[in-house]
Amino acid sequence: MGRYFAIRIGRAALTIVLVVTFAFVVLRLSGDPALMILGPEAPPEVLAAFRKAWGLDDPIWFQYLDYFGAIAKGELGRSMRDGRPAIELVLERIPATLALTLPAFAFKVALGIPAGIYAALHRGSGIDRAVMMTAVAGFTVPSFVLALLLVLIFAVQLGWLPSGGQDSWRHAILPIVTLSLGGAAVLARFTRSAMLEVLGQPYIRTASAKGVPWRKVVTSHALPNAAIPTVTILGFMVGTLIAGAVVVESVFSWPGVGRLLVVAVANRDLAVVQCILLLVAMTMVTSNLIVDFLYGFLDPRLRAKGAHA
Amino acid sequence: MAPLISIKDLSVGFQGVPVLRGVDLTLQKGEAVGLVGESGSGKSVTWLAALGLLPRHANVSGSVRLDGREILGAPASELDQVRGGRVAMIFQDPASALNPVLTIRRQLCEALALHRDLSGQTVKAEARRLLDLVGIPDAARRLEAYPHEFSGGQVQRIMIAMALAGNPDLLVADEPTTALDATIQAQILELLSTIRREMDMAMVLISHDLGVVAENCDRVAVMYAGRIVEAAPANQLFADPLHPYAQGLIGSLPPLDGPRRRLTAIPGTVPDPASMPDGCAFAPRCTLAAAPCGLAAPTLVAIANDRAVACIRAEASRRALLGVAAE
Amino acid sequence: MSAPLVEVSSISRSYGMRAGMFGRSMAVHAVDGVSLAIRKGETLGLVGESGSGKSTTGRIVLGLEPPDRGEVRFGGKPMAMPGTPAWRAQRAQMQMIFQDPLGALDRRLPVATQIREPLDIHGLGEPAGREERVRELLRAVELTPAHGGRYPGALSGGQRQRIVLARALATKPDFLVCDEPVSALDVSIQAQVVNLLADLQAQLGLTLLFISHDLRVVRQISNVVAVMYLGRIVELGSADDLFARPEHPYTQALVSASPAPGRRSAGRIVLAGDPPNPAARPQGCAFHPRCPHAIARCGSEVPALSAVGGDRQVACHLVTGPQAETRDAA
Repeated sequence: MGRYFAIRIGRAALTIVLVVTFAFVVLRLSGDPALMILGPEAPPEVLAAFRKAWGLDDPIWFQYLDYFGAIAKGELGRSMRDGRPAIELVLERIPATLALTLPAFAFKVALGIPAGIYAALHRGSGIDRAVMMTAVAGFTVPSFVLALLLVLIFAVQLGWLPSGGQDSWRHAILPIVTLSLGGAAVLARFTRSAMLEVLGQPYIRTASAKGVPWRKVVTSHALPNAAIPTVTILGFMVGTLIAGAVVVESVFSWPGVGRLLVVAVANRDLAVVQCILLLVAMTMVTSNLIVDFLYGFLDPRLRAKGAHA
Repeated sequence: MAPLISIKDLSVGFQGVPVLRGVDLTLQKGEAVGLVGESGSGKSVTWLAALGLLPRHANVSGSVRLDGREILGAPASELDQVRGGRVAMIFQDPASALNPVLTIRRQLCEALALHRDLSGQTVKAEARRLLDLVGIPDAARRLEAYPHEFSGGQVQRIMIAMALAGNPDLLVADEPTTALDATIQAQILELLSTIRREMDMAMVLISHDLGVVAENCDRVAVMYAGRIVEAAPANQLFADPLHPYAQGLIGSLPPLDGPRRRLTAIPGTVPDPASMPDGCAFAPRCTLAAAPCGLAAPTLVAIANDRAVACIRAEASRRALLGVAAE
Repeated sequence: MSAPLVEVSSISRSYGMRAGMFGRSMAVHAVDGVSLAIRKGETLGLVGESGSGKSTTGRIVLGLEPPDRGEVRFGGKPMAMPGTPAWRAQRAQMQMIFQDPLGALDRRLPVATQIREPLDIHGLGEPAGREERVRELLRAVELTPAHGGRYPGALSGGQRQRIVLARALATKPDFLVCDEPVSALDVSIQAQVVNLLADLQAQLGLTLLFISHDLRVVRQISNVVAVMYLGRIVELGSADDLFARPEHPYTQALVSASPAPGRRSAGRIVLAGDPPNPAARPQGCAFHPRCPHAIARCGSEVPALSAVGGDRQVACHLVTGPQAETRDAA
C-alpha cells in the first residue's frame, strides 16, 4: 500500500514540476514583462533597471534554476507591479473564489447526481429525454454565453439581480448559477451512463431474483457500484475549485483568483501567474490522489490488490 | 395433484418482436424439469418473464400460477415475496452474478432477512450454515470476503446458498454450469441434486446441454423459436424423440463411446424472431416437412401419458426414426 | 505409417505474472515439456480445462509465440525465424481458427474481401483468378457466393465460422490449428461445422490440431487425443480407446464428468477441490491434491509420460509405477 502511494505521490510531484516549467517557459517567450508593465514609452534606462531588478536580463536557464531554488525555500516571488509577495496576493483572493465555487459545487452535486440517477431509472421516458437535452445544452453552451444570457434576462430585462460586482450575496447568485448549470449537466450525463451500465449487470438481476424490493436494489446494489466512475468526475470538479471560475469571474467582475490570473497574464506579472498555476496544479493533483484513495475505499477489488503488498 | 406452478400461453415480445410464443408448462412439487434448446429459443425468457424479471419494455402476456395464484402482473410487493422466497433463481455467469462491492455476508444475510424470520446473531449463524451446506470451506471467515476472492465454481456455490436462503419450493437454474470447467460442472450438478433431494425442492434446469439435462431431470421440455416442441420423461425423450427438432438435436451430439458416425446435423439456422416463417417455425429446416407444415403452427398435443409433441408429422418422424434404427 | 508432419519436442513456455498490483513477479509455467507428433492427414485432439496450457501449446506449434525451450518441426524442418521469407512461406502452410469468429473478422469489410486478403498478401494466383478462387472457397465451406457480399454482422455464428475457415483455406495450408472452433456455437450448428471440417480434411488431406474442452467433439474428429493438466500431457492415446478405457485418474474423471443422455449421474467420479491454478502448481504430480488415488510418491515426484502398451502413454505413478498392481488389487 505504501509503495502504491509513493508512486502516486512521485507522479503527482512530477506533474507539478512540469506544469510550472511549462508556464515558466511560455510566459517568458511570449512577451517582455518590462515593456508590459512600464509601457512602450518608458525610457530605455528605466526598462533596463527594471529588468535588472527582477533578474530578467539573466539567461533563461539561470532564471529557471533560481526560481526553483526559491520555491524550495518557500519563496514564491513578488509581484512585479506592486512588489507584494505573490502568495499574499493570491491567498487574499481565494475566499472570494471559494464563495462562488463551493456553493456551485454543492449545487452541481445536488442537481446533477439525482437528475442522472432519475434519468437512468426512467430510461427513455419524457423526463429522461428532457434531462438529457438540458444536459447537452448545459455543456455545449460556453459558460460566457450562459453568463451573458443570464445577465440579459435577470439583470437587464427583469432587473432582479445585479450584473456584476461583489457587494452583497445577491451579486453572487448569477455567477454561482452559471457555474452550477454546466457542471450539473456534465455530472447528470455521467451519472446516468454509470447507472445504466450498472443496472445492466447480472448482479442487479440476481438481487431482484432474491426478492429485494426495487428501491433497495437501486440504493444498496446499484448506487455503490455506480459511485465508482462518478467519483472520477467529482474529483475533477474538486480540482477546479480554485481556478475554475476564470471566465465567470471576468464576466461578473468578481474579484477572485480567476480575475487576478487574467490581469496578471495580461501584465506578464510572472510571479503571480506562476504562483496561481502552482496552486492550481497542486489542487488538481491532490484531488486526483483523493480519488485514487476513494477508489480503494469503494472498490474492494482494488483494495485487495493493495493488501497483498 | 395440484401443480406447484402452471404456465399457460406465456408470450413475450420486445418492441413487437415475439421471442416467446405461447408456452405451456406445469411443474409438480419436488419435480426436476429440464428445459433444452439453442440460444434464442426462449428457455431463459420463460422464467425471467414468469418471475417478472424482464425489462419494463417487454410485452408479457399469458398466465403463471403458483399454487393456483396468478403471479403474472402481480404487484411488486407480492412478487418480491415470491422471488427468492417461493421461487429462487441462479444464473450462468458466476463472475458477475454477485455484487462486487458487497461482502458475501451482506448478500447472503440480505436474502435471509427478506424471507426468514431471523434476527441478529441467528442470521449470521444461518448464513454460515448455508455456506457450509454448499461446501465452502472455512465458512465463518469466508463470509467477510468479496466475490472476486472466490473461483467461478465457488461463486456458483454461493449463489446456490443464497437461493436456498428463502427455503424455496422451486429453484430455477439457468445454465448454472455452462461457464465452468468439466470437473467443476460435475461438482455443481452433484451439489444441486443432493440439495434438491434433501430439501424436497422442485427444480427447473435450463441448459443447452442435452446430457446435463438428461442426467439431472425427470422430465424434459425441448424449446425451439419461442415454443415448446416436445415434452417427455427424460429417458423416453432421449431413447425415442418424436419431434424432428429433438431428433436433430440428439443426432447432433457426438457420442462418447461406441462407433463413430457422421453427425446428423440440422441444416440451416434458427429463424430470425423478427421474421418467423408461417406455420411450423422448424419446417424450413425439417427433412420431413410437408406442405401443411407451412400453413399453421402445430400445437403441443398430448400423445401419451406424460408425453406431448407439437408436430403434425410426428408419426412419420417416428417411422423414419424406426427405419433408421432398423438398418 | 507416414512420417509426422508436425513434431513438437519438449516445448516449455512460462510467463512472468504479478500476484496483485504490488506482488513480486513470478514465473507461471503455462506449458511444461510437451511433446507431440501429428501425422499427415490426421487429427490430434488436445483436451483440458482452463489453465491446462492447451491454447498456449497451439500458439507455439503455430509459431505465434516462441517456446522457451524445445523445438517445433514442420515437415521435418525446424520453424524458421519469425519475419524471414522462409517463415512467411511456412506460415502460409499453417493456419489457425479461433473460438470467436466475430473477433477474427473485420466488421467493416464484406467477407469475400477478407477471404481474398491472404491471396493478395501471399500473391497466390493471378489477380484475375482470385475472384473465382474466393467463390470456390465459399462453396467449399458450403456457402454461396451471395454470402460473400455480406458483412460479418449480417451472418449467423455458424456462417461466420465458415468464413473464417474459408479464409484459412485460401492459402491451401497443410496444417490447421483449431482452438475451440465450435465452442461458441449451438449444438446443431456445431454438428454442421464438425461435419464440414471432417469433409474438408478428407478432401484436402489436411492435418489438424484440434483444441477443445469438449470431449465429445474431440473424439468425433480426432485420431489421437492428448489430455493436458497444468501444462503437461497426462495421457495420450488413440481417440476411441482413450475415452473407452481412460487410465489416468484425471482422464477418468473427465470422461465420467461428461454428461450423457440416458445415463443417470450415479457412479460419476466427482473430483474435489478447485480447478487447477497455473500460478500455484502443486509439487510432484500436479493432479495429486485432487486425485482420489494419490499416494505419498505423487506429492514429491513428477511422473513421466511413459508407454503402457499399445499406443497409450500415461503420466501417473499408479499406472506406470510399482504400485500399479496394488491399485488393481484394491
